[in-house]
Amino acid sequence: MVAAPPGSDPAGRARYLTGALFLGPAFVLLGVWMVYPAVYTIIRSFFGRTGYLGTWVGGSNYVRLFTTHTLIRAIENNVIWVAVVPALVTAIGLIFAVLTERVSWAVAFKTAVFLPMAISAFATGVTWRILYQQDPDVGAINALGRSAASLVSAPGVLHTALPSTPTLQTRNGAVVLKAPLQPGRSVSLGLTGIPPQDVPSGAQQAVQPKAQSGAIDGVVWRDFKPGGGKPGVVEQGELGLPGVTVQVKDASGKTRSATTGKDGTFSFDNLPSGTYHASIGAQTFSKPFNGYSWLGPKLITPSLLIAYIWIWAGFAMVVIGAGLAAMPRDVLEAARTDGATEWQTFRRVTVPLLAPVLSVVFITMIINVLKVFDLVISLAPESTQANANVIALAMWRTAFGGANDFGTGSAIAVFLFVLVVPVLALNIRRFKRDV
Amino acid sequence: MKNRVVRGVALAMLVLPLALLAAGCGGSSSSSGTTATTGGSSGSNSDVKGSVTFDGIWTGAEAQSFAKVIAAFNEQYPNVKIKYKPVGNNVPTVLATAIAGGHPPDMADIAQPGLVKQLAQQGKLKPITYAKSAIAANFAPVWQQLGTVDGTLYALVFKAANKSLLWYNVPAFQQAGVTAPKTWDNLLADAKTLKQSGTPAYSIGGADGWTLTDLFENIYLRTYGQAKYEQLSDHTIKWTDPSVKNALTMMGKILGDTGNLVGGTNGAIQNGFNDSVTNAFSDPPKGAIVFEGDFVAGVILSSTKAKPKTGFNAAPFPAVKPGPNANAVEIGGDLFVTFRDTPAIEAFVKFLATADAAKAWAKLGGFGTGNKNVPASIYPDAITRATEAPIGKATSVVFDMSDEQPSAFGSTTGQGEWGIFQDFLRNPSNVNGIAQKLETAAAAAYKSGK
Repeated sequence: MVAAPPGSDPAGRARYLTGALFLGPAFVLLGVWMVYPAVYTIIRSFFGRTGYLGTWVGGSNYVRLFTTHTLIRAIENNVIWVAVVPALVTAIGLIFAVLTERVSWAVAFKTAVFLPMAISAFATGVTWRILYQQDPDVGAINALGRSAASLVSAPGVLHTALPSTPTLQTRNGAVVLKAPLQPGRSVSLGLTGIPPQDVPSGAQQAVQPKAQSGAIDGVVWRDFKPGGGKPGVVEQGELGLPGVTVQVKDASGKTRSATTGKDGTFSFDNLPSGTYHASIGAQTFSKPFNGYSWLGPKLITPSLLIAYIWIWAGFAMVVIGAGLAAMPRDVLEAARTDGATEWQTFRRVTVPLLAPVLSVVFITMIINVLKVFDLVISLAPESTQANANVIALAMWRTAFGGANDFGTGSAIAVFLFVLVVPVLALNIRRFKRDV
Repeated sequence: MKNRVVRGVALAMLVLPLALLAAGCGGSSSSSGTTATTGGSSGSNSDVKGSVTFDGIWTGAEAQSFAKVIAAFNEQYPNVKIKYKPVGNNVPTVLATAIAGGHPPDMADIAQPGLVKQLAQQGKLKPITYAKSAIAANFAPVWQQLGTVDGTLYALVFKAANKSLLWYNVPAFQQAGVTAPKTWDNLLADAKTLKQSGTPAYSIGGADGWTLTDLFENIYLRTYGQAKYEQLSDHTIKWTDPSVKNALTMMGKILGDTGNLVGGTNGAIQNGFNDSVTNAFSDPPKGAIVFEGDFVAGVILSSTKAKPKTGFNAAPFPAVKPGPNANAVEIGGDLFVTFRDTPAIEAFVKFLATADAAKAWAKLGGFGTGNKNVPASIYPDAITRATEAPIGKATSVVFDMSDEQPSAFGSTTGQGEWGIFQDFLRNPSNVNGIAQKLETAAAAAYKSGK
């Protein structure tokens, strides 16, 4: 429909009508889906927990927002998010954008960095949750840690073992026979807590060797049979532990070592008389690397931040890259001709020219980060979700996720809205100026 | 040029995805008065005619099992047509909508005792006092109490799931030479032996707070009995009560035995319920015991290679004290309620209270009942017999406490009871502090209502 020239009355009315027809559906949809819910939420935040409105409670929902420990934690966490993520995402995006201009496989690199944007945040959360698992058999990050740790020190063959009787004790990781002994004794070094599959291969029925004069003999064995058995006594059905290094130390500090045989026995012959201390070395019991608790209460928020930056770095790179591509080359060349170093060019020319793009990315990230929800709910295990809590998640949990307190939930939503508004206003002003 | 780039980027930013929450409300239709076609058999029962609409949770295989119950009913009452509608888990929403619209179904199956209470107090339900004698003949007295609100019988607990169970890894128990613990002291002794054998005893799924509250509830129920359990559930006794502290101290003997938890305290807090099951029934076992309800069997069968009896088995939760509380059972129940009163509905409700009704489903599996006239031999396999037979034998039965408490306290992730019990798992010696936290959270939740 072609609009009639302005001036004549009927034609003017027709123009209004046309405008109204075109705008009508949008207004209705905005009204139903945006304006009404927003107004209702604001009103609802002054009423009690249930019902369409419930009972008038004044500002007490807002008081609860700032006095409930879980909600305060959510606000604190959001502050951390806002302080860390936008700056890091912008910085990393800038670095990637500048670097990809100079590498030959730029497209492949850009695609790889941008790919996380194509995955839903929920799926990302599930994936990272598996990567972060503490058990190195499950979590890839801790598996890497274990590989690195095992290069430094291999875990002991009997890392789960414990002394079976109080005559032995654990000291600095080693199992030590408490009482000193003289040659002519046969000692029992019983260990428990060893799963059958961890018993070294080739193990045979344990034997308590006979005492011989001038020698210290003994046995290291799995002091357990079904039902428990008699602690400290070698019994039928209990296996010796071969390949264990036993040490005896004399009064002067001189240490002798022996290795146990298939039946767990060991022997130190021709010992001068004196007192000795027997022990099984710490390396036998050294624990394997058990992984960091990435999903634990202390590290959960940093873990979330890393995953979130992984998602959004590609976005920042692409947007900043577009800005970079549109930048006038002659300015850069002029700077270089004038003798500026690469760093000076970057610092004094590229960054200032890119400033508008950078600020768009930065502001967008602030808004995104304030609203963060899906990553937290999918990545953080339920036991640490209270530690990882953010405002949007707190809002959903309070209103729908069990607590069913629509009053407080609405108050949180309004608070979040109030936080976003100034940033949004800044953004809108920027659009107007740019037009 | 620069500006155009910025503006294009900026406009793209403006079109941020807007999440719209659309509350899905299922409609409910209820037809009544449709006369059923006359059946073949004769007798006084065939005088009862009409149809009964029934909204239930069960879908798929469970709906087919319930159809067998209806078929058994129709053998006796050929002229009553039961129209079962599988609604799924959102029965409360569907019912709320139907009631608001003035067309509730004739009958419904509700899993939330709190909702039954609420509907009864609002006068939406019809009493089923006519079924009292049928229930008394088939059930222990406690089952009438479970369906009674303010002195009137409104609901029949047709199906019950046992939540007072202990699941154990059979090879791990054999290696350690222990048997399923019958008492609390047995449990602690077995756990010690299991640890010496090299298998940590307890596989705890503490990332799911409800596994911890279920463990607490079982200890509390078996120590202090049904009456006290219900007082705690109603918050008529406080969470700082000495009984609570004592139960927490007992629970601390398990959670505080950190060398005996799969993965230590960190593992226990990060593993969810499913992880706790797969850890305990993997080969070689990482753990030996899981405390949870009859639904554990399904997880074991679907996500491990363990076989019933040779790989895994179930036993009643250990008796904490000798006496009447020793075999008390915590259940998740399906409560059948009526919204109308017709001869057809009466006949159906009375039939459901009989052993014939329960047997029709029990022999298919996936079903437990408090009906004492259902013999244990009817259950199709040994595991089901082990999990469901104790329900019929118990004289003391309670619902899951979390189903009866305000959800802000009893069933919200990271908050209330679930979150506080996770704190307890992190520091099991802090009994007084935890009791105080629980009381503070409970008081706030009960004050602001359900």
